Amino acid sequence: MNPGRIKGHLPVLLPARKLMLSDIPLHDRLFNVWTAGALLIAFLVTAIGPSFAQAEAAPARSILTILFEWTPSIAKAFGFNVLISIMAMAIGTVLGVGLGVLQVSPRSMIRRLAWIVTQFFRNSPWLVLLFYCILLIPFKITLFGMSVPFPGWIKAVIGLSLPVMAYMSEYMRGAINSIPSGQWESAQSLGFTRFQTMRDIILPQTIKRVLPPWMNLYAVLTMATPLVSIVGVNEVMSLTRAALSAESRVDLLIPMYLYILCWFFLYCYPISTLTGRLERRYSVKL
Amino acid sequence: METVLDWLQPDWLLSLSVVSDDYNRGRYLSGLWMTVKLSVICIVLSLIVGIAGAAIQGAKSRALRVSVGFFVAFFRNTPPLVQLYFFYFAIGTVLRITGENGLPQPLVSNFGWAVISLSLFAGAMNIEIFRSGVEAVPKATIEAAEALGYTRLQIYRYIVLPLALRISMSALGTNLVNLVKTTTLVYAIAVPELLYVAAQIWSEDLNVREMMNVLLLSYVGIVAVLVWVLHRWEKALRIPGYGG
Repeated sequence: MNPGRIKGHLPVLLPARKLMLSDIPLHDRLFNVWTAGALLIAFLVTAIGPSFAQAEAAPARSILTILFEWTPSIAKAFGFNVLISIMAMAIGTVLGVGLGVLQVSPRSMIRRLAWIVTQFFRNSPWLVLLFYCILLIPFKITLFGMSVPFPGWIKAVIGLSLPVMAYMSEYMRGAINSIPSGQWESAQSLGFTRFQTMRDIILPQTIKRVLPPWMNLYAVLTMATPLVSIVGVNEVMSLTRAALSAESRVDLLIPMYLYILCWFFLYCYPISTLTGRLERRYSVKL
Repeated sequence: METVLDWLQPDWLLSLSVVSDDYNRGRYLSGLWMTVKLSVICIVLSLIVGIAGAAIQGAKSRALRVSVGFFVAFFRNTPPLVQLYFFYFAIGTVLRITGENGLPQPLVSNFGWAVISLSLFAGAMNIEIFRSGVEAVPKATIEAAEALGYTRLQIYRYIVLPLALRISMSALGTNLVNLVKTTTLVYAIAVPELLYVAAQIWSEDLNVREMMNVLLLSYVGIVAVLVWVLHRWEKALRIPGYGG
């Protein structure tokens, strides 16, 4: 029932005026999410379209079928990338925390040395470090009469973990320095040694500070794993190149590379979203 | 111990083919020049992309903001190497024109694709950095400018951008250093930059260890110069009592 008609009721709930097309400003009518989407689709069609026309000339499998057929191998190779990234992250984190603790050592000699090592590995390109490890680490090491083989991908893991170590060391130094000095003083007054203070009091408190950049670093590392294909370790990028040369179709190039990009995007985007959320949550509390 | 002594001998430096051999020195210097050129062009273009993107992200139109947000999210979360391959091998193969001799020729050279790809990658990061800088500009400052009758574009140009640039200076420095390090990726599409010529030299002269050390030191040197320049810039831009 319309409340305006009842005696004594105020006409506060008039029906909303219907939104006309002319009410929206011209500029919003032209540029909105839908036109942007349509433009994107139109762009993709013009980019991929000619290749489809070529495909029609010779009856062949559709692009989607080919992508679908390659998906299991791509998933396997991508899993290898993830494995490399996890191992490099583990090694890099352990070394980086150690180096970071050395960077705040009371001895200036150790402090300076750790700083130099950190800066050196932080400022040299990942690819050069990878080349360094791949070419200069021997392919096997003889230890106590036992020869330990060093396959290329282990060397690549070591090569990737070096910059991770350096970044981690910087984050740790920042986090340790951001702990209020009262924590150190009260631990000292309770009779903790320096090592105990570090292990039981300071390091647990740094976790909260270090976690967001650490996760971000992991995403960066995952995005660096295709580099190992340049130095000759087989992973998802080399598989893609092999698949493309096996299919040898020009029209497959753009969809295939976009497909690989999407794999990385789907893996890395949730991590960076989560990182942003954690950063915001912690920054409110501090 | 002996190896350490070997390294310390002065003739180690002289026996480097990069120093002693004219041909290799020329190649090395041309690679160095290519890396510097690539870095400078990409830094300038990525700054332009960043400033324009951040301006668009403050625009009224939702569609523009959404599309820039999509661009940033995609380029920040996919590997730069795969982006480079996508541009060079996928789009570069499709984009061909018929040359003078009747054969299809690439429209954009590998150097061109390297510049485009790296600028977009670093630009996407810069957009994010500038956006957080813009957000950190106090609201009252913008309102004061509005009260003085500045238009939106004027506010962005004269008030927001100068302040945001100073706020985001340190994050920007990290990103630009990263960009210089990322230029090594163009090795994969055979742009003759430092890593590429070094690989050529060490595969011809079989002096991998020496060239590797030269290479690492070169990059550390380049980055050190960039950090010094950025530091000077930051100092020159500093407004006393504003933003640390």
